[in-house]
Amino acid sequence: MIIDILIAGFVAVGGLFGFVGSFGLLKLNDPMSRMHAPTKATTLGVGGVLIGSMLHAWAYEGHISAHELLITLFLLVTAPVTANFLAKVFINQQTKPDDLPGPSACSLWATHDKPEHHRTSEQPTDT
Amino acid sequence: MIDYAYAFAFSCFAAALLMNLWKILMAHEITDRILALDTMFINAIAMVVLFGVLLGSEIFFEAALIMAMLGFISTVAYARFLLRGNIIE
Repeated sequence: MIIDILIAGFVAVGGLFGFVGSFGLLKLNDPMSRMHAPTKATTLGVGGVLIGSMLHAWAYEGHISAHELLITLFLLVTAPVTANFLAKVFINQQTKPDDLPGPSACSLWATHDKPEHHRTSEQPTDT
Repeated sequence: MIDYAYAFAFSCFAAALLMNLWKILMAHEITDRILALDTMFINAIAMVVLFGVLLGSEIFFEAALIMAMLGFISTVAYARFLLRGNIIE
């Protein structure tokens, strides 16, 4: 009886999170915030469904199955990689060449280029 | 009670799939289409797992695992193609 309540709770929470993730994909108005809703919420939704499935296999068929853990692990590993790739594609498509910063005036260390350094364009003194 | 939970989860994921399809059809930017396709894969995985639990079959887990891998690889291939112009350099 307790295990039934647990399985029903996990499955219902998983379905609710899947719904909320797709609704956020449809409803949020900024593309970068649209990235946030599905990659977080559907992973949690699939996780809830898979935990419910593991509990079901343990309670009704009497064995612990590891397939669900494999799927959960794979989704948890690949979701940030997918989000990172999509963010890179979005930046690549949306950024114009005028918005990018110019090349550094300091020819020795490009990483030392601060905005005031860039404005005065002074040469490094220790060379 | 557990049947109600399954029916609720099935209807939630079905509505999520319909919303993703609407987003794919009506999006303005290409990244939204890729993102909606990735979300569609994940929701379909959840539906396949729920279907396997409902039928008491073990075969659907392998199908869900293959769908997870295919979804990741296809999303990365789309993003790669838009970023670099080809997929395998």
